[in-house]
Amino acid sequence: MGSLLRSEEMTLCQLFLQSEAAYACVSELGELGLVQFRDLNPDVNAFQRKFVNEIRRCEEMERKLRFLEKEIKKDGIPMLDTGDNPDAPAPREMIDLEATFEKLENEMKEVNANSEALKRNFLELTELKHILRKTQTFFEEAESHHHQAMHDPYLAEENMGLLGEEAHRAGQALRLGFVAGVILRERIPAFERMLWRACRGNVFLRQAEIEAPLEDPVTGDQVYKSVFIIFFQGDQLKSRVKKICEGFRATLYPCPETQAERREMAIGVMTRIEDLNTVLGQTQDHRHRVLVAAAKNIKVWFIKVRKIKAIYHTLNMFNLDVTQKCLIAECWCPVVDLDRIQQALRRGTERSGSSVPSILNRMTTKQEPPTYNRTNKFTSGFQAIVDAYGVASYREINPAPFTIITFPFLFAVMFGDMGHGVIMFSFALWLVLREKQLMARKIDNEIWTTMFGGRYIILLMGAFSIYTGFIYNDVFSKSLNLFGSKWYPRPNPYTVKGEGTLQLNPANTTINGDPYAIGIDPIWQMSSNKIAFTNSFKMKTSVVLGVSQMFFGVTLSLFNHRYFQRPLNIFCEFIPQVVFLFCMFGYLIILIFYKWIHYDSSMAAPSLLIGAINMFLFNYPDKTIHLYPGQQGFQAFLVVVAVLCIPWMLLVKPFFLRYQHRYGQLKSLTFLNGGQTDDSEVAFVSFPKSPGESTNTSVQFKHQQLSVNSGDLLNHDQEVVHNEVGAGLHHEEEEEKVFDFPEVFINQAIHTIEYCLGCISHTASYLRLWALSLAHAQLSEVLWTMVLRIPLSINGYFGSVMMFFVFMAWSSMTVAVLVVMEGLSAFLHALRLHWVEFQSKFYKGEGYKFQPFSFEHILDYGGDE
Amino acid sequence: MACPICGPKLSAYCMVLSVWAIIMLGLLGLFFYIRSPALFEDIPLGDWEKNNYTYSYVKEKYEQNAMNCWIAAGLYFLLLIFSFTQQRMNSRANYELS
Repeated sequence: MGSLLRSEEMTLCQLFLQSEAAYACVSELGELGLVQFRDLNPDVNAFQRKFVNEIRRCEEMERKLRFLEKEIKKDGIPMLDTGDNPDAPAPREMIDLEATFEKLENEMKEVNANSEALKRNFLELTELKHILRKTQTFFEEAESHHHQAMHDPYLAEENMGLLGEEAHRAGQALRLGFVAGVILRERIPAFERMLWRACRGNVFLRQAEIEAPLEDPVTGDQVYKSVFIIFFQGDQLKSRVKKICEGFRATLYPCPETQAERREMAIGVMTRIEDLNTVLGQTQDHRHRVLVAAAKNIKVWFIKVRKIKAIYHTLNMFNLDVTQKCLIAECWCPVVDLDRIQQALRRGTERSGSSVPSILNRMTTKQEPPTYNRTNKFTSGFQAIVDAYGVASYREINPAPFTIITFPFLFAVMFGDMGHGVIMFSFALWLVLREKQLMARKIDNEIWTTMFGGRYIILLMGAFSIYTGFIYNDVFSKSLNLFGSKWYPRPNPYTVKGEGTLQLNPANTTINGDPYAIGIDPIWQMSSNKIAFTNSFKMKTSVVLGVSQMFFGVTLSLFNHRYFQRPLNIFCEFIPQVVFLFCMFGYLIILIFYKWIHYDSSMAAPSLLIGAINMFLFNYPDKTIHLYPGQQGFQAFLVVVAVLCIPWMLLVKPFFLRYQHRYGQLKSLTFLNGGQTDDSEVAFVSFPKSPGESTNTSVQFKHQQLSVNSGDLLNHDQEVVHNEVGAGLHHEEEEEKVFDFPEVFINQAIHTIEYCLGCISHTASYLRLWALSLAHAQLSEVLWTMVLRIPLSINGYFGSVMMFFVFMAWSSMTVAVLVVMEGLSAFLHALRLHWVEFQSKFYKGEGYKFQPFSFEHILDYGGDE
Repeated sequence: MACPICGPKLSAYCMVLSVWAIIMLGLLGLFFYIRSPALFEDIPLGDWEKNNYTYSYVKEKYEQNAMNCWIAAGLYFLLLIFSFTQQRMNSRANYELS
């Protein structure tokens, strides 16, 4: 059966693959994406597995690819993503790939090292060039001061001091030693101070900034440096100065003293700089060329390597059989797809050139198979929100197909505004119409992926909101008068000049007594008691919708009981549940409809709420208006029946099971492959006296799964654990299980109490449909009256300019608060109503999801196996 | 081509806003023009008493509001043209760069 109503039928298969063909077969199965392998070597360490070497090689290749990718990104080269899907290469091609990557990596490393060395050289030469240029000015100044000093000894200049006095003292032209170098600009003040202190002010520092920033070869940062020159006399000062320079990591350069030498050196430096520039340029070009060539294929390589790795991971899960010639695998697969899997295996065997065909063998097992629901792009969103609460147990009714309609509908009941519905619908429509382009963009943002994944849900939510907005007659808090309002107030001049409010009696104000055709009459928008009216309407609608959904949920449980052939449950659980729900709330629904239809504005209608309370208290005061004759007696009857349902739900089933156990009846139930155990049911067998007594139908031992949450494993010997993250338990055959009456009884009691209290509390919980729609309508009204009314209340044409600006604010707030925030809120509440109130009536949700071995899946999620 | 003033996101936002505003303000102006009672609370009726509660005063106010809405719609139409050209410039700049 291939429908969304129940999960697919699954079977456990054994695959016998010849060792040569195994790789190709697994590759084909990965492309197909329909089998889930089980790990047959769970206790084996990752390093002791068979194919650990191949995986290591794959990881090495991935590392090289990542290095290449980083270099490509650094240079800003676009990586081509053709979107084609190369097959996993054969094992012998792996060696070729490895060689290619190794070569590329080595080349890149070499190029990088070379360019680093070249850059360092370049930096030195540039600094030298700057020094030669700047020191030119220093020397010229020094010369001019020297001459001035000769002519004018009384000039009090500190520069003078060094040269002038010395000159006088010695009486000859003095030769000062000097060192020239380059230092980081930030370090200059400290450097100066240190020099002053260490050399007792006997050295002279000149510095000039280098305007252009220089590139640090190691880090690649741009740093600012300055040129400095220090003049000193004597060797001691020289050594001191040199040490200080070293400490501050200033680089010293040999600077020739005479002008002519400096000029020569400058020319030489310029030539060398030019040469270096050329070489650097060519190195960069070469690097660029290599990277561009690599960028063309890098995505394809990534895919190939990831596929190889995935295949070897899967092969590691297989068992090697005794003869060492073939690999054995166990996998879950859907029954309907067995043919396609056989074909894939045949293709794989052919591709590998092996002569021995692979064998697929179906196995029977008691373990619970995974739950597989085949979805398309429309239904996958709804299936995802159902699975988020709990994956369906194997072959139980899947709530997803119903959720497709009920979820957007309940959302819309809470959201009901045509204007906001149109906004939501058009946004989702854009997402849906442009889905191919948007998917190709591969945007990484998590919020975006969530919204894009739910685009069909949002589309339906928007469409249904337009409908409920039409019913509530609400467009951005204004009502539309499409069919002519049926309230016709007679114009009253006194009221206009007086208080300004008019009270309309429905009995004599309506035209023909007919109501507005569809939806709420637009006159309510202007009435001051609008909320009192809509409250009554919305509350009653919420209860009607809620009880209907709960009834539907209970009915679905009937389908489950019939499918799993549990007639006891039908009698002991389904029937009392339905009767209880009907007596309590089904009757209330009928009364609601009766009151709506039967009463008009001339009659006094009784309150349903008070009536319901009195019904349960058996309290009928004298003056109560009855809805119909005989109401008192009938209601008393209903209450009694409802109360009787409780012991029916509570007691019948455990005692009946005990009776069965006591009198040793054989309960033979046929189950499908991988049968499902109920949480409180026990079927068990007394051993037949003689072997010939066993019946034809398969007699199976099952045992009780006591906890509702899969947790405890009771006494069994062999339990095969699957390595997926799943909630299912697998139990193998056991010996005779003792029927534990207290456990069963307590279980049933919990179940009964949960259901009965749940009926009441869940019905009240559905009133959130009223509450949220009220909140939405009020927020919408507030936004209109406080924001958009401002420009409308201005006399004169200035209002238009105001409207231009205020509309922007109003629209942003509408989208942010009313569509996004209220939308999320209504989404959440509708989801909660489904998960708790609806699904608790029939859903177990204890399965685990089918996660097939699929390349598509691995590649999409980055291949982190 | 002159450098675009708005970036791609701002021009897209302005375009969407303008389309919505033109449709909504156009309809709102229309509803004011036909003097829909639902919009009665949105007209400035502070001075109605002084005008002796005449019907023509109310009519005048309705029409004033209708005009205002339509003028604002016209302003948004200008914004639409502006943002559309900006968007064109942006996509062309993108095209030239890549």
